[in-house]
Amino acid sequence: MSKKEKNFSRRDFLKTSGVAAGALVGGGIIGGLIASNTGTETASPGTAPATHGESGSAGGVRGLMFFKNDAEFQILSQATERIFPEDDLGPGAIGLGVPYFIDQQLAGAYGENSKEYMQGPFFEGETTQGYQSRLKRNEMFRQGLQIMQQEAQKRFKANFADLEGGQMDEILTAFQEDQIQMQGVSSLFFFRLLRSATLEGAYADPIYGGNQNMDGWKMKGFPGHQAAYISQIDNEEFQEIDPKSLGQSH
Amino acid sequence: MVTTLDKVDVVTVGVGWTGGIIAAECAKEGMKVVGLERGRERGTSDFAIVHDEYRYAIRYELMQDLSRETVSFRNNRKQRALPMRQMGSFLLGEGLGGSGTHWNGQNWRFLPYDFEIKTMTEQKYGANKLPAEYTIQDWGITYDELEPYFDRFEKTAGISGEDTNPFWGKRSAEYATQPMKKTPILQKFETASKNLGYSPFMMPSANLSEAYENPDGAKINACQYCGFCERFGCEYGAKSSPEITVVPTAKNTGNYEIKFNANVVEVMKQGDKVTGVRYFDTVSFEEFIQPAEVVVLTSYMMNNAKLLMVSKIGEQYDPETGRGTLGRNYAYQILPGASGFFDEKMNVFMGAGALGMTVDDFNGDNFDHADLDFIHGASLSITQTGNRPIQTNPVPPDTPSWGAEFKKASIENYPRTLNVGGQGASMPHRENYMALDGTYKDIYGVPLLQLTYNFTDQDRALHAYLTEKAAGIMQEMGAKTVVGGSPISDYDIVPYQTTHNTGGTVMGSDPAISVVNNYLQHWDAENLFVVGAGNFAHNGGYNPTGTVGALAYRCAEGIINYSKNGGSLV
Repeated sequence: MSKKEKNFSRRDFLKTSGVAAGALVGGGIIGGLIASNTGTETASPGTAPATHGESGSAGGVRGLMFFKNDAEFQILSQATERIFPEDDLGPGAIGLGVPYFIDQQLAGAYGENSKEYMQGPFFEGETTQGYQSRLKRNEMFRQGLQIMQQEAQKRFKANFADLEGGQMDEILTAFQEDQIQMQGVSSLFFFRLLRSATLEGAYADPIYGGNQNMDGWKMKGFPGHQAAYISQIDNEEFQEIDPKSLGQSH
Repeated sequence: MVTTLDKVDVVTVGVGWTGGIIAAECAKEGMKVVGLERGRERGTSDFAIVHDEYRYAIRYELMQDLSRETVSFRNNRKQRALPMRQMGSFLLGEGLGGSGTHWNGQNWRFLPYDFEIKTMTEQKYGANKLPAEYTIQDWGITYDELEPYFDRFEKTAGISGEDTNPFWGKRSAEYATQPMKKTPILQKFETASKNLGYSPFMMPSANLSEAYENPDGAKINACQYCGFCERFGCEYGAKSSPEITVVPTAKNTGNYEIKFNANVVEVMKQGDKVTGVRYFDTVSFEEFIQPAEVVVLTSYMMNNAKLLMVSKIGEQYDPETGRGTLGRNYAYQILPGASGFFDEKMNVFMGAGALGMTVDDFNGDNFDHADLDFIHGASLSITQTGNRPIQTNPVPPDTPSWGAEFKKASIENYPRTLNVGGQGASMPHRENYMALDGTYKDIYGVPLLQLTYNFTDQDRALHAYLTEKAAGIMQEMGAKTVVGGSPISDYDIVPYQTTHNTGGTVMGSDPAISVVNNYLQHWDAENLFVVGAGNFAHNGGYNPTGTVGALAYRCAEGIINYSKNGGSLV
């Protein structure tokens, strides 16, 4: 996995909190960081001016819907940032609002596995038989983040969110290589889920709270919701098109 | 308490392509038809905000709610079958239009070879080309006999295409509409495959190249190449779908009614005829019986088989003895292919579900298998379906799957990667079959369908051979790095592969090895018809819908004849 970043440690990023993060990633997320830092979900709207009309957060207000304490949310934030880090191309997971996207998803149908078969009996199956746990995704995330914190204490005697990038990567890699004991789910399964959720948050339409300012799409050259390409598809040249969100079509 | 409704002439279980075609044809003949659809009504106006990859492609907005019903699965009889708790390898659907709403629109006719595969294989390669455990068999109908029905479906759906493929069966008419645009990406494939001596042609498409009115008077619009087809509905009414063609055609007769939220749990049988179906209203959980002169199972192939099993109609297949036909010859599809990484950026986000070019040089028996340890093959295509960013993160070999290097590489390569993909045929095997699960049930208390399936040596050999061919094309296209698909080992139900599942209610001319005759009429109940990809005796090298559509027209003709004359149609 990627080695420790030279120019920007996770701890620095976190500690800069609202102001520096805001300078980096735009208005939408400032309120979120402030709100979570105070440990309350009731940040006043005034703390987060909606500087971007296309921002995914209605009125610029962000708060937590699933996680109840900031520590867990910070572990999630740092882990997703390691998976999809800020670089010269543009923002990483934190800057894109991915942790808020995941928090919202965990509070809803995705987190509750509500469109999935959750009846017993439960047996451990072959890998080819897929997910067989009674754990819901939001329980899996909570457990996974707690174990990341335990691993950080065990290996480095520090909070996960305060580790250097390379140290976080070591722990994430251990999850990916299925070396971590979890209950009801393998650490590899959890890691894949975390990775998928991170990419989903980076590239889903901003109406879901991630992909802030459509920066995920801008980095990738994906124009989002466009009515038609019938007049451009014959073109040999790559077409640079300003992206558009479904939230802008009303 | 069960409420018994007024008897109708025809009831269909499910309203997608097959249910819609049966309804349209029978209602035009003056028959009273009821369609029972377990999902909701939906149509073009529901797709105004459909350009949402997360909701539709990742969270499966249009697909079946597995909390209500799923299937169970194991790789072999020694394993304990466990429920498919999350959607993965294939996407079960529900709702008006069925898969016909969220298909890509790649519309094929199976090859003449497919329908007579056993005869032709034995003629050319002898009786022992494949070991005996591969239960290949002829379909009880030939391509030439089915041709008028293929033509009929293609005219209904307005299929766009060109008749320049030297390998497919003879056509009685040109395609209904002109082929789609041959974009720069498609041209790369065309040039490369011509250089290699192959015969590329435009993929037959149900995303229409031009506005079209079908013979029933239904209008289909011109595709806008927005890049949101598969897993999505079309906001333009430009992807041919049941709800914009055969369903309104049926409704216009005044003889057709659809009941939504109606989940059928049993086909009622008395003596050697069926009398109707029992269903639950999925909202109120009230139970109803819909009596009918003719019952037609037109839901997904797995559900068609399950309904016959729970209704104890026909003999369940037993892999131990080889006896029984219901659930036999389940087949899937083999997906060889190669990715290529290019220097130049391409407009990969533009597209349409069936915008593509194909070569059939390695499909069916279009090439010599004398020195090969498999039969059949695959169509090899490039498709420009609209690459969306959550699902498309291509990275060259040895790139990590996350972190700084991954981010850079996946963004760099997103517009610089193309794929040549094969749809490989899948031969039925004695150990691959469907039955009822003994443990797990759906929310109506009905056992789940149980799938026992694994890839076979034939599949692995086919995959390896076709992957090389796909990589060869990609090389010739000028990719700086070409990566062939990894060899297949055991079938895994987790990653999405294809929803082209087939078999279980196979058609044929011999009741000992088929469930229905070549009018899709059940051997054990003359007023029961079962139609869909479940009728396929094996799976071919193409998408199934074109062949399913043809079978549905064939079936409709059978029902109409039966309603006049009664008795067995063959």
